[in-house]
Amino acid sequence: MAYSDHTAAHEHHDHKPSGIWRWLSTTNHKDIGTLYLIFSCVMFFVGGFMAMLIRLELFKPGLQFFDPSLFNSLTTVHALAMIFGAVMPAWVGLANWMIPMQIGAPDMALPRMNNFSFWILPFAFTLLLSTFFIPGGAPAGGWTLYPPLVLQGGNSLPLAIFAIHLMGASSIMGAINVIVTIMNMRAPGMTLLRMPLFVWTWLITAYLLIAVMPVLAGAVTMLLTDHFFGTSFFSASGGGDPVMFQHIFWFFGHPEVYILILPAFGVVSEIIPTFSRKPLFGYSAMVYATASIAFLSFIVWAHHMFTVGMPLAAELFFMLSTMLIAIPTGVKVFNWCATMWRGSLSFEPPMLFALSFLFLFTIGGFSGLMLALAPSDFQYQDTYFVVAHFHYVLVPGAVFAIMGGVYYWLPKWTGHMYNMTLAKWHFWLSTIFVNVLFFPQHFLGLAGMPRRIPDYSTQFADWNMVSSLGGFAFGLSQVLFPIIIIQCIRGGEKATDRVWESAHGLEWELPSPAPYHSWEEPPTLAVVEHEAEHGHTM
Amino acid sequence: MMTKNLGWLATPLLTLMAPAAHAEWALNMPQGITNVSRSVYGLHMLAFWICVWIAVFVFGWMIYSIVVFRHSKGAVPDTKLVHNTKAEIIWTTIPVFILIGLAVPATKTLIETDDASNSQVTIRVTGYQWKWGYEYVGTGVTLLSTLDEKSNAARQLGSGIDPFTVDHYLLNVDHPLVVPAGTKVRLLITAQDVIHSWWLPVLAIKKDAIPGFVNEAWFTIDAGAVGTYRGQCAELCGRDHGFMPIVVEVKSKDDFDAWIKTQQAASAAAATPSAPAAPAKAS
Repeated sequence: MAYSDHTAAHEHHDHKPSGIWRWLSTTNHKDIGTLYLIFSCVMFFVGGFMAMLIRLELFKPGLQFFDPSLFNSLTTVHALAMIFGAVMPAWVGLANWMIPMQIGAPDMALPRMNNFSFWILPFAFTLLLSTFFIPGGAPAGGWTLYPPLVLQGGNSLPLAIFAIHLMGASSIMGAINVIVTIMNMRAPGMTLLRMPLFVWTWLITAYLLIAVMPVLAGAVTMLLTDHFFGTSFFSASGGGDPVMFQHIFWFFGHPEVYILILPAFGVVSEIIPTFSRKPLFGYSAMVYATASIAFLSFIVWAHHMFTVGMPLAAELFFMLSTMLIAIPTGVKVFNWCATMWRGSLSFEPPMLFALSFLFLFTIGGFSGLMLALAPSDFQYQDTYFVVAHFHYVLVPGAVFAIMGGVYYWLPKWTGHMYNMTLAKWHFWLSTIFVNVLFFPQHFLGLAGMPRRIPDYSTQFADWNMVSSLGGFAFGLSQVLFPIIIIQCIRGGEKATDRVWESAHGLEWELPSPAPYHSWEEPPTLAVVEHEAEHGHTM
Repeated sequence: MMTKNLGWLATPLLTLMAPAAHAEWALNMPQGITNVSRSVYGLHMLAFWICVWIAVFVFGWMIYSIVVFRHSKGAVPDTKLVHNTKAEIIWTTIPVFILIGLAVPATKTLIETDDASNSQVTIRVTGYQWKWGYEYVGTGVTLLSTLDEKSNAARQLGSGIDPFTVDHYLLNVDHPLVVPAGTKVRLLITAQDVIHSWWLPVLAIKKDAIPGFVNEAWFTIDAGAVGTYRGQCAELCGRDHGFMPIVVEVKSKDDFDAWIKTQQAASAAAATPSAPAAPAKAS
């Protein structure tokens, strides 16, 4: 291919600028990956801090700390920060670091757009977080922004909408970059069905992003025009319909949650084979299952709206389509189990997080199945049962997979092993306390506690106290994560190229730490086939 | 060692077999006081137990692998075990049958909830920021239902009042909704300002109250279920979303009819010019 001739003629020119200007102007996928991951970690603690404040108020019945409006702002911005500031940027960060290395490409296809995609985010979040300090406070209508309530929001509304537009633009550009990179820059011999699952899941996620982020942009723009320019998209008195917002929002929102989890499936599909010393079971089934989930994610959105008063036929359709998604998801869980079956398992931190993902994401899947049943959902909707469900799939789901991925690839990035003992402490504390925090919330929802309330009736006191204690312990345990990472960056036992005895994939052919510019010459066909052949037999 | 700390789940899982008698440490939803609520409870428990059995199988499989196929114990990986089409077909098809087993009762119950015809009483429910309004259609009886003042005083930020000393803290109102038992009642649910949601767990009814639109729900409460039941607003509606509860007083049909007549007499008396100013029902 032409570009490999070009890079062969290139001299090694590591003339990267130093200091702040390096980070502001970098077009290097590793630097940009690092920027995204640092940003994500900071936002995780920002959103996490808000969660700690929420659990503090909910520790006992009665209002002790926050005005209810401020509490509503905390729940709203906690969600926005975690979804758009922590999880999505973490996935983009991992994509940036790993996709080029895994497909044998020297960088992402569009390096300058890559830089821009990142630097939009700190600006967007400064805008959003600044609303806590303006008259009227931060948005307080829930991250789902339902009108008419959200239109009662004051000065924060336009700022929040602008921030969301910026985040959306960042995601769309990132997704374009991922697709163009994967479709055009794979090394010779790296056919689609030889790609690592992490690359596959990101390819599919990128299509979801491009499909639905513009829909969110449309929805929030309609909120803007309803509020400032006299339209009545969502106001009945003007001939509009508040429920239409919900349809549009959730048409974005449901694929969005799959955007949050599909890369997790990819990461876990890399980690489990490595630490089972056995290839991923059912590679092509895993690819097709992921694609099925992505396709189905477009036709289930109204299960977030079962109580809105839709016609019977619509309720039935969405109930049945939602139940259907359980099938490909189950297939994936079984394939991971089959990967471990008759393997030779060891339990380093990445594997610990991947196994915890497997158990606890499955529990989130069970509550999801229960939620799919529309008549029962009448009892669960807008209660802590839903809160428990989505936190199970997002925290021991997406977040643990991110942490597992970081623990998996950190030695490749830094060239050092990290403190395994400390990492195992981080794991055990996280896994135990995430359950103390969220499992009782199932009971609270079933017992009748609604969500998004700062104070509750006394019969909910006991489980709320347990949940809050779990929350404080979980939150505190997370402090170990940046400590371990920073320690690792600064030094540690030298990591080998392979790092993990049984790892497969092109990234492990590179030195540890990976050079600033890698795969300037693509890997040879033999190397590609060797790394792929062990991974999958297609 | 590697059991992922699931052992502690056994106790709460097993005790979920019956609805919680205890208010504190409550584990499950109520069975409720209508046929529909019992169907919903049954569907919920069916789904729950199916999930438990799937969990036993799947987690058992994982735990077995974790315990038996350990590198530290010298396990040798079977690297040829990379795909099996028969397995894929089996573990795709069996879940389909399980889902059908759930979809049938779910569909039946859903269809049941949809038919509000032949109701004997119709009540218009209106959600406001932050209280509920009820109107007994055709009788002229209306009332506004607001958080009771003792709860309201205690819930103020830094009130210093212990919620445990307040009767039905946050679940008490000044004027409850009164409904008849053994009668099909239809609710027409709407809102005045933003979206609210009317939820009474013992009826298994939760319906959004949307400004400019009317949603319908219905219930027939067991004849013997006279008493007081409580619920809450279930859609974020602003600052006091958590402070606009729903209280329903169920009376026998005869007592209900009598109550309606009393209410009508009271408002007729208030309407005549010679009557002393009736206490305003508006907040």
